[in-house]
Amino acid sequence: MEWTSYLAPLSQGAWVTVQLTVYSTILGGLCAFVFGLGKLSHNPLLKGFSVAYIEIFRGTSLLVQLFWIYFALPIMGQAIGLDLRFPPVVAGVVALALNIGAYGAEVVRGAVQAVPKEQYEAATALNFTSRKRLWRITLPQAIPEMMPTFGNLAVQNLKDTALVSLISLGDLAFRAEQIRNFTQDSVTVYTLVLFMYFGMALVLTACMKLLERYVGRWRAAGR
Amino acid sequence: MNDATNTRDPIIKFDKVVKRFGDHVVLDELDFEVQRGEKVTIIGPSGSGKSTVLRILMTLEEINDGVVYVGGEPLWHQRKGDSLAPASEQHLRQMRSQLGMVFQQFNLFPHMTVLRNLTEAPVQVLGVSKAEARKRGMELLEMVGLTDQANKYPHQLSGGQQQRVGIARALAMRPKVMLFDEPTSALDPELVGEVLNVIRSLADEHDLTMLLVTHEMHFARQVSDRICFFDQGRIKEQGKPEEIFTAPKEERTRAFLKAVLDPDD
Ligand SMILES: Nc1ncnc2c1ncn2[C@@H]1O[C@H](COP(=O)(O)OP(=O)(O)OP(=O)(O)O)[C@@H](O)[C@H]1O
Ligand SMILES: [Mg+2]
Repeated sequence: MEWTSYLAPLSQGAWVTVQLTVYSTILGGLCAFVFGLGKLSHNPLLKGFSVAYIEIFRGTSLLVQLFWIYFALPIMGQAIGLDLRFPPVVAGVVALALNIGAYGAEVVRGAVQAVPKEQYEAATALNFTSRKRLWRITLPQAIPEMMPTFGNLAVQNLKDTALVSLISLGDLAFRAEQIRNFTQDSVTVYTLVLFMYFGMALVLTACMKLLERYVGRWRAAGR
Repeated sequence: MNDATNTRDPIIKFDKVVKRFGDHVVLDELDFEVQRGEKVTIIGPSGSGKSTVLRILMTLEEINDGVVYVGGEPLWHQRKGDSLAPASEQHLRQMRSQLGMVFQQFNLFPHMTVLRNLTEAPVQVLGVSKAEARKRGMELLEMVGLTDQANKYPHQLSGGQQQRVGIARALAMRPKVMLFDEPTSALDPELVGEVLNVIRSLADEHDLTMLLVTHEMHFARQVSDRICFFDQGRIKEQGKPEEIFTAPKEERTRAFLKAVLDPDD
């Protein structure tokens, strides 16, 4: 077989990888904010839950989390009469998002805490409510600080999507494995896949850089 | 300057206020009053509790004992029948609206333009319309001489300009009491004058109460109705500027003034 004939199935797989990455990065970003801020909350329940989430998902491997959500959860659901069977895409996105979200939560917490306390005091002196202080003063200053690490996490997430091929999701890694089984042409297939992942990582990095510049545009004013 | 000192209607009153950090007593049963419209300057050695007094008033620092009154109402407490209970956040927010603070390090919001620094709180906190807030913001910028900087970001301004924005930002909330904590200490000497000029023009406003901590003794003498000399968390001596600066009674005051007025001796 001609190597160009691999391109169509590999592209299909790449498209799945892109979707997995985009959805799980966005959902993971959401988790990062919810639980990162949750960890800073004064509400002991919210705080405890956030800490537990962060520790569990950072302390276990993505593979185990993925298998747990895809294989173990449905059985546990059955025991209590709930249908917790998810399609592989959903299980994959959720596992990736929860995993990246746990790392992101620590980034959010750190960046929020790094906003100088003088900013907090100025906002208090101007009588902002604690919620408005968070949204209008703290987060706009904290988010640009998070962005470089978020960029790294997003690329990490892209690479991690390869694991979901293990629950028979037809992503790039899965297609590659299929073609290789069929043709035994490991060198060509894996070289192609290598470059495709690398290309996607470059695009993702560029997107995150643009986003970083956008959320921190006030820093560059007049410079 | 006015004779508000003689009226018995303190807008600020510290009643045996104690503030400790751990074992360190910073305010030691402090009694202190400021009358409506009065311009008071607090002077004193480093660590004597000057900033702490302002920070307690701005609700940035809690008290350990005693009562602080603002406009006759307890600041850190709420009346519950005849007794006083700790203040709720709602009570604090209500009380805070009477006060504005200018910080030594300006503490402008770096992610907002100069004008936005002035309009954000009026819009978000007071519910003023954006158009109205911008109008008022531009008026304030005119007052501090910075209309041409409205759309710049704080980091594009000099320290003196930033502090003038800091003053305008506090004024935008229309406080009755303005607190200044060493507003010129972080500035290069050549930028001090422009900030003092703005504060001087505020001192002419009869209704505005001003509480100023500064090491600018000549300026304090010009604008203050009263000077309070703080030492070890208490008022060691207070009086009209001419009394304190020309004929201080306390040895501590004399030593302090000598040290700050001719530091080379
Ligand atoms: N958050 C804090 N924790 C512990 N100690 C503090 C804290 N804030 C202030 N202090 C201490 O309280 C004392 C009074 O501080 P304060 O800032 O009121 O002094 P000050 O008169 O304003 O001095 P300066 O002229 O140096 O500004 C100092 O000894 C200071 O070290
Ligand atoms: Mg101080």
